[in-house]
Amino acid sequence: MSKDDYGVKIPRASTVPSVGSEAQLRAHLAALSGVDAAGAEARAAKLATRSIKKSTKLAAIDLAISMVDLTTLEGADTPGRVSSLCAKALRPDPRDLTVPSVAAVCVYPDLVAHARSVLAASPVAVASVATAFPSGRASFNVKLLDVHEAVVAGANEIDMVIDRGAFLSGRLGQVFDEVVAVKEACGEAHLKVILETGELVTYDNVRRASWLAMLAGADFIKTSTGKVAVSATTPVALVMLEAVRDFAETTGRIVGVKVAGGIRNTKDAMKYLVLVNETVGSTWLTPDLFRFGASSLLNDLLMQRLKQRRGAYVRPDGFSGD
Amino acid sequence: MSDSRLDVRKTYKLLINGAFPRSESGRSYEVTTATGEFLANVAQGSRKDLRDAVAAARAAQAKWWGSTAYNRGQVIYRLAEMAESRRAELAEHVAFAEGLSAKKAQKSVSRAIDRMVWYAGWTDKIAQVFGGANPVAGPFFNFSLPTPSGVVAVIASQDSSLEGFVDEVLAPISAGNTVVVISSERRPTPSILLGEMTATSDFPAGVLNIVSGITAELAPTLASHEDVDGIDLAGVVGDEANELSITAAASIKRVFRPNENDTATTTRRLRAFIEISTVWHTIGQ
Amino acid sequence: MTEKKLANSQLGSLEYDPAPESASIARLKPSYGLFIGGSFSDPSKHEQFVTLNPANEEVLATVAQASAGDVDAAVAAARHAYETAWSKTTGAERSKYLFRIARLIQERARELAVVETLDNGKPIRESRDVDVPLAAAHFFYYAGWADKLDHAGFGADPRPIGVAGQIIPWNFPLLMAAWKLAPALAAGNTCVLKPAETTPLSALILAEILQQADLPPGVVNIVTGNGTTGAALVDHPGVDKIAFTGSTNVGRLIQQRVASSQKRLTLELGGKGANIVFEDAPIDEMIEGIIDGIFFNQGHVCCAGSRLLVQESIADEVLRRLVRRVEQLRVGDPMDKNTDVGAINSAAQLARIQELTAFGEREGATRYTSSCVLPEKGYWFAPTIFADVSQSHRIAREEIFGPVLSVLTFRTPEEAVAKANNTNYGLACGVWSEKGSRTLWVAQRLRAGVIWANTYNRFDPTSPFGGVRESGFGREGGRHGLEAYLNV
Repeated sequence: MSKDDYGVKIPRASTVPSVGSEAQLRAHLAALSGVDAAGAEARAAKLATRSIKKSTKLAAIDLAISMVDLTTLEGADTPGRVSSLCAKALRPDPRDLTVPSVAAVCVYPDLVAHARSVLAASPVAVASVATAFPSGRASFNVKLLDVHEAVVAGANEIDMVIDRGAFLSGRLGQVFDEVVAVKEACGEAHLKVILETGELVTYDNVRRASWLAMLAGADFIKTSTGKVAVSATTPVALVMLEAVRDFAETTGRIVGVKVAGGIRNTKDAMKYLVLVNETVGSTWLTPDLFRFGASSLLNDLLMQRLKQRRGAYVRPDGFSGD
Repeated sequence: MSDSRLDVRKTYKLLINGAFPRSESGRSYEVTTATGEFLANVAQGSRKDLRDAVAAARAAQAKWWGSTAYNRGQVIYRLAEMAESRRAELAEHVAFAEGLSAKKAQKSVSRAIDRMVWYAGWTDKIAQVFGGANPVAGPFFNFSLPTPSGVVAVIASQDSSLEGFVDEVLAPISAGNTVVVISSERRPTPSILLGEMTATSDFPAGVLNIVSGITAELAPTLASHEDVDGIDLAGVVGDEANELSITAAASIKRVFRPNENDTATTTRRLRAFIEISTVWHTIGQ
Repeated sequence: MTEKKLANSQLGSLEYDPAPESASIARLKPSYGLFIGGSFSDPSKHEQFVTLNPANEEVLATVAQASAGDVDAAVAAARHAYETAWSKTTGAERSKYLFRIARLIQERARELAVVETLDNGKPIRESRDVDVPLAAAHFFYYAGWADKLDHAGFGADPRPIGVAGQIIPWNFPLLMAAWKLAPALAAGNTCVLKPAETTPLSALILAEILQQADLPPGVVNIVTGNGTTGAALVDHPGVDKIAFTGSTNVGRLIQQRVASSQKRLTLELGGKGANIVFEDAPIDEMIEGIIDGIFFNQGHVCCAGSRLLVQESIADEVLRRLVRRVEQLRVGDPMDKNTDVGAINSAAQLARIQELTAFGEREGATRYTSSCVLPEKGYWFAPTIFADVSQSHRIAREEIFGPVLSVLTFRTPEEAVAKANNTNYGLACGVWSEKGSRTLWVAQRLRAGVIWANTYNRFDPTSPFGGVRESGFGREGGRHGLEAYLNV
């Protein structure tokens, strides 16, 4: 083998298998390899010991900033709050124009239009949660309407939630059909499918749900809503990254991964970038294929960025609280 | 009619793989009672007999260990039953062999039979007494299981023709080993009788193989045999035992040498041919 | 977002800047004496040797070569300490000494990790995360046994053996010292420890720790030197017990040499571990387990999973993933915190690995070698996989003790077990499957002292470790590890 033969091999022709029936889907998911929890956790823990220093750290911090979906998903959100979030997304550190913009702002559907108007023609995307986020407990028609309105209001990306109840009770076809329908409703918008891994509980479920979402047309698979007790963890991200890698190698279609919830500091972000680097490799080291759903992470990345350049620790108040 | 009927004498043969062959060598040697009277011509085993015996023991070992501990206990207990029913004959031969009074020989046989019962009860306790669960610091279920060493060679005690023999062969057998034993050179008949009893005790062929003969001639063959996993040197002492120990080291055999501190309740001999096999398995949802 | 470019992704392409641990943390002295009777002394014949950093061949320190006379002095010190101090020390007091030692190892953990990596060549990540913490844990575990020996299952009032001579290898220098010393001391014995010739330093730091712990003089004595020192210890009539970890060939010689004495003996020898992979294995964790099984510590592991037995139905897929993963291993400076595979411990070991791998190619196996760039100085061997290996090949039978994996295939569980057991060794095996009943079926039939199911190369002070057949006898670790140091 030559050196080029190592790495992740992605076929040039896309051959996503068709899923004609629930039985077919079930068979497909059942054929996936199991995940040994202890092994997956040990692997993630080992990768977490990687030491990221100096120029690697500076490059990784900028990469991480560019991958942030700057998020506000509170009942108390207002247009004013969204405006300042958008300003922060465009210019994370107004004193330093070399800081890249973040990838997107992520808001509830009713604030999409406002965010769109503030961001105007900037490269920062507007992402909207939809499909009765975060529980997904609404009728199918309501969920579709939720998506439709967000897209019409200008959302570039839709973060949908799957019906975990349906998944856990084995109604896989229902979950699949919902993703297919939402994908269609998205039109040009990209679809991120939130698995809510904290409610799926097992890594086997995470792997199967990842494949289900990808087979149904997801552009991204996303760990969590951030609204349940357990959000993104490194072993869950590892299992999802393995899924997108294997899916790409099998089908030729490249799906992104978004980790969300609980990622608060630079050290956490570095761990995820190492996971991406050593599980799927350079193709995925771009905001097009890896995202952090977070709010407080951005300020810590900015602080660490400044610290790396200055060689001295900086005070949190130097950055806006948005 | 005269009561001086000419008795029908028995030929004392080897026990290999559940059968009772004469020695492959065709030779026999004269065994006398402790007082020097002719007792019998006993088969004089050869190196090839030992080779066959080791092959039989190896072939039987996996199945013996694979049977349930409960079943192994039943088999050994059955041997005790057989010995009890033929205790007079055993006592007679122990008396011949060791020069004991009839009463002392009876007592020796009683102790030997009780010892069989002791080992019958060990088979399903070994895993619990010598094994265990280990609380490792991590998401693993971890347990240590005693497993047999495999094929064990026994150079049987030269003096204790039955009691010693019972200990020496049943300790490894109860732990799931199979045994090739060189019986006491001068006092072989009690062990040969016991061997005959295994034929009616549901002992699977090859679990206990008995080769009678000249110890000095036979023992080095077992000590050097690579497919023998352990050796009990009960019947040799001094330089001879040292030499055999050195020979056994070539294939890293487990070597058991009795010492004077060993008591009836010690588990040293039982532990000598047990390997602790530790299994780790991950734990996770 | 635009349509993704369908490029082949290079794993690990985010280049990590060097993250070297500082060698100065080791605080090494230019030379070290023998640790006898509680203090350091010069060897009687004033002979010394140097210990090298195998990663760059630089001299780390000069170390004493103990003569037979020095060994005699060490045994005498151990005997004296046994009779006058240690046998009169209660279990509860011995326990507290061991707890102290454990704590001191933790306190000096970083220093010990750096010393270990400099002297051995293993990655600092491993000495930091595995060797040193496990060494401390071992002392913690046996500390608790010292006053509970009556409950260890070997009868009431079990007695120590006396003076233990302990000879350890170079692959886990500090950890092996802990494996030997902790149970011996807990059981009430005194010790003469001989570290390996190429890795004496961490044991000498441990001697300093024993001083800091106020362990009575002579309870532990450490004599550095080559094979002649070890032979003097094995042959010494004042030694009651020999514990040896090392190659099967040397173990055999030791067993022969002590055969005519009353010395007790335990041996932890070589292995050719089979890692059995079924088609229903958890594939990602299994790939990591195979990698860990053979490349952990450069494969300088007696229980390494050096034979991969893979079910034919997934053999191609497993090989493809393994080759990809091997290419990703970061080989180089052991002091770099991101290094996965470090230096080969010595020139002699490197020559042995090179010789055996040359046979692999000659015998027709297919070789995959990592394209990693090896440093120019020092002893290095790129991680290597041999596919299409047969049972009869030397690389499938002999212990290579290096980063070299031999891949064989099987079709049924029965065949897997038969192939796994087709060796004179019997130290460790792995089994990978999501089917519990079959895993246990296989585990029951493997002739090995340790069986890892869905994991590999895990160690714990509570878990007995040791081999069957020509991998040795006796156990280290756990309750079972006490037996080797008790007169029971």
